[in-house]
Amino acid sequence: MFRACRQLGIRTVAVYSEADRNAVHVRDADEAVPIGGAPARESYLSAERILEAARQVRADAIHPGYGFLSENWRFAQAVRDATIVFIGPKPDAIRKMGDKIEARRLMAAAGVPVLPGSFTPVADAAEAQRVAGHVGFPVILKAAAGGGGIGMARVGKEAELPTAFTTASRRAQAAFGSGELYVERYLERSRHVEIQVFGDDSGRVVHLHERECSIQRRHQKLVEESPAPNLSESSKAGLTRAAVAGALAIGYTNAGTMEFLVSESGEFYFLEMNTRLQVEHPVTEESTGLDLVVAQLRVASGEQLPWSQTEIVQGRAAVECRVYAEDPAKGFLPSPGTVSKLVLPSGDGIRIESGIDAGSTVSVHYDPLLLKLVTHAPTRAQAVQRMADALDGCAIEGVRTTIPFLRRVIASNEFRQGRVHTQMLEQGAFNA
Amino acid sequence: MPEEIKAHITGVVFQIPTKPGDRVAAGDAVIVLESMKMEIPVEAPRAGAVKEIKVQEGQTVQEGDVVAVLE
Repeated sequence: MFRACRQLGIRTVAVYSEADRNAVHVRDADEAVPIGGAPARESYLSAERILEAARQVRADAIHPGYGFLSENWRFAQAVRDATIVFIGPKPDAIRKMGDKIEARRLMAAAGVPVLPGSFTPVADAAEAQRVAGHVGFPVILKAAAGGGGIGMARVGKEAELPTAFTTASRRAQAAFGSGELYVERYLERSRHVEIQVFGDDSGRVVHLHERECSIQRRHQKLVEESPAPNLSESSKAGLTRAAVAGALAIGYTNAGTMEFLVSESGEFYFLEMNTRLQVEHPVTEESTGLDLVVAQLRVASGEQLPWSQTEIVQGRAAVECRVYAEDPAKGFLPSPGTVSKLVLPSGDGIRIESGIDAGSTVSVHYDPLLLKLVTHAPTRAQAVQRMADALDGCAIEGVRTTIPFLRRVIASNEFRQGRVHTQMLEQGAFNA
Repeated sequence: MPEEIKAHITGVVFQIPTKPGDRVAAGDAVIVLESMKMEIPVEAPRAGAVKEIKVQEGQTVQEGDVVAVLE
């Protein structure tokens, strides 16, 4: 983000919590403003404190990043009301896609395939049962108010439904303030493939091709790549067409991602839309050679999209591994602490986006993502080999990390052959 | 024989679903920690009655800290 600003001659201001006083993003900014205590609700989740900081430094625009308030339409609206530019889509688009049932309805109406399931919230386990009886088990219960895998429960058979409903509803209530659930058919052995889209104020929408993101734990991504291996031409064409049609249907502007599940036979279904830049956007940048954040800044300032569809080409293969402070040997339990040693690889085709230094404290208060390791090369096999070497070149001490697990994924036959699906991790495909 | 229950990770006490005197089964959550946006239960290692809760909601605990005691 700051790199993109510097490239365009824009001054940057970081906001930080007490826990992040010495964080990398604070040091990298031209200026930094403290906004409150370590718990996120006292700082990074406080729209008021962030707007106060913006007024204090007379900021022209706010980039919401990809966590915290980035998909909060009320925050986006409050920023606009303060006559500050929100670098992202319009609040209305965030709101529509944030209501996951509304999103299903809108996408179905736009001709985007959606999974069989409910188009209204299910009131109780009995109603979920009726829907499940209609679409067939297994089904998945999802929170109407939020995505990212939180409050989701796969239900294999009828007897499991009442308990699963209670748990999922409670989790959704805790995470999103609403326990409303809906039901979808669960696709076994499906892949997670998503399409990067980008729109501007003139009403034009382009896609920047796909990302394959099937290697996940707790429904959250660990490894991503572009192009997606073993994706048929017809599936790919259908996916990109549907993604652009979906974005056009809601008048989408700036960067967004349409997420899909792709079945073993190549059919695809809309999962949800992320109305923000994503963690894994470097994969698309390295594959296409385009800078998404620079484009976000240009489009947010009213310029037209910097590229036509035909100029957007997947010129090379890119892979990303997410290094989390989690212990893969203990079911990916969080591992906060102090980073005592940090050695990272460098060289041709290696890009690192790191939020830590040697000596950094990895706080219990925030997401465990430490850094992103991205490699690219002319072919997938070369990019994957480069990733294997890059992972071997990492040494992090003081906290446990996902690196040992990532090494096993990258070394596995399944990954090397591009035969992946979202259940592999829970099925133990990459166990030590 | 009283048995100490220790936190298996570093985190902040998010919920305390039990109180002294409660009977728990092996695997029940005695307290729930929050760490890095995840809720992680600290489970009873065996069945028994809760003798003492050593922590309060919002308190930070380190891996290995005693959070509760079983009778």
